[in-house]
Amino acid sequence: MIEIKELHKYFGALHVLKGIDLNVKKGEVLSIIGASGSGKSTLLYCINGLEAIQKGEVKVDGVSVHDKGTDLNKLRTKMGMVFQQWNSFPHLSALENVALAPRIVKGKSKSESREIARAQLEHVGLNDKIDVYPSALSGGQQQRLAIARALAMEPEYMLFDEATSALDPELVGEVLDTMRLLAEEGMTMICVTHEMGFARDVSDRVAYFHEGVMEEIGPPEQIFGKPESAHTAKFLANVR
Amino acid sequence: MNDSIAFFSGFGPKDLWILAQAAWQTLLISALSISGGTVVGIFFGWILSESKVVGAITIGFILDAFRSIPLIIQLVLFYNLFNVIGLAVSPFMAGVIILGVYTSALVASVARGGIESVGTPMRRAGRSLGLSYFQTMRHVVWPIGLRAVFPSWVGVALGVLKDSALVSVLGHPELLKVARDLITRTQQPLLVLAVAGAFYFALSFPISRYAAHLERKWQS
Ligand SMILES: Nc1ncnc2c1ncn2[C@@H]1O[C@H](COP(=O)(O)OP(=O)(O)OP(=O)(O)O)[C@@H](O)[C@H]1O
Ligand SMILES: [Mg+2]
Repeated sequence: MIEIKELHKYFGALHVLKGIDLNVKKGEVLSIIGASGSGKSTLLYCINGLEAIQKGEVKVDGVSVHDKGTDLNKLRTKMGMVFQQWNSFPHLSALENVALAPRIVKGKSKSESREIARAQLEHVGLNDKIDVYPSALSGGQQQRLAIARALAMEPEYMLFDEATSALDPELVGEVLDTMRLLAEEGMTMICVTHEMGFARDVSDRVAYFHEGVMEEIGPPEQIFGKPESAHTAKFLANVR
Repeated sequence: MNDSIAFFSGFGPKDLWILAQAAWQTLLISALSISGGTVVGIFFGWILSESKVVGAITIGFILDAFRSIPLIIQLVLFYNLFNVIGLAVSPFMAGVIILGVYTSALVASVARGGIESVGTPMRRAGRSLGLSYFQTMRHVVWPIGLRAVFPSWVGVALGVLKDSALVSVLGHPELLKVARDLITRTQQPLLVLAVAGAFYFALSFPISRYAAHLERKWQS
């Protein structure tokens, strides 16, 4: 379970997250929507400790992320993260991209980590690209590679930061399909997304962020059907 | 009469062998100073990329000095300095050390550029997988960044190979020093210089070929 309590985040004087309270249970799929600059990415970075916080607490399975004594590297293996810009490692083949972290972080043998990588590449439908370098992959394939890379650490949570926003329209579908597959398999997911269709169909809950505040959270039927907040309604009216 | 023939005799096959031995010395000096200077230079470049203020003021200043003072002055200056303070260093050692420091100053700025070219998103991708700071450096940032500046590094290495000729001022029998001695003896400067030049080319050519091969490999 991910527990976020009274979370405040500043960039200098800029108050980016203004007291976020949010719990995400095991197996849940949460989508986060909201305008650009509302703090959605920052929230994900705070959850896996890539950004420091100024107030409040984030706990993952009871472990406080921002505690000084916390072994962040270990905690991060529980949380896979997929970024808008997929950041494939260009000097490694697809297989090596995925096999790197199991070998280095978990200390698995070379053959074992390659087995894991092979399985995850198949999982995301890249079994025919094993020896290909990222430069020869399309954006959609690189994003699926990034998903496989994160899955290879056997995370219990997956954080997606606009995984499809940088993709050409015709490549969005394959990545969303992969995300859907993970959701069906029971993965706990937090997806920052601009894909309203995905948010409506796949999420258990949808959260709307507005200027650093979680304005509204609820089942997709509520958010997309009869939003309680005027801000949410206005945002959705503009998106459609 | 015989003596003067031996003293002023033409360029013979034996001299080719003498030059080959001198080329071996040039190769030794260059290989040692380039490899040592590269390792130290990458380390400095990494520090420079990490600590903008302190690094730039301290190491940055020192490296700037080594980069901008002509190598021949550094060689003569430090070689004599070593001896003045009672460090008995051979011209060979002095040459390797000074050329190595000079190389590290050049490599540092190259390496720094490469390391800085790997942006925060790539580093975060590494960290998000659970890699520690050093693991991210070792397996992500350095390989990507240093490969990006590899062509510049090759340029530095080839430059240092040629600059190693300046070690001749310390009297060590490397290619240029031996070539000069041969010119004095044979009075055939064009021939001797042409052969010495060919040796320099023979040393550089494999390096640039191999570098081109690596670049092609990395690009695929
Ligand atoms: N490293 C940083 N330093 C300073 N300000 C930052 C930094 N990262 C983000 N910000 C600012 O924090 C605010 C929230 O940014 P964030 O990236 O979380 O928004 P977002 O909701 O993800 O937007 P988008 O939909 O454009 O990705 C923005 O105003 C942004 O300019
Ligand atoms: Mg964002």
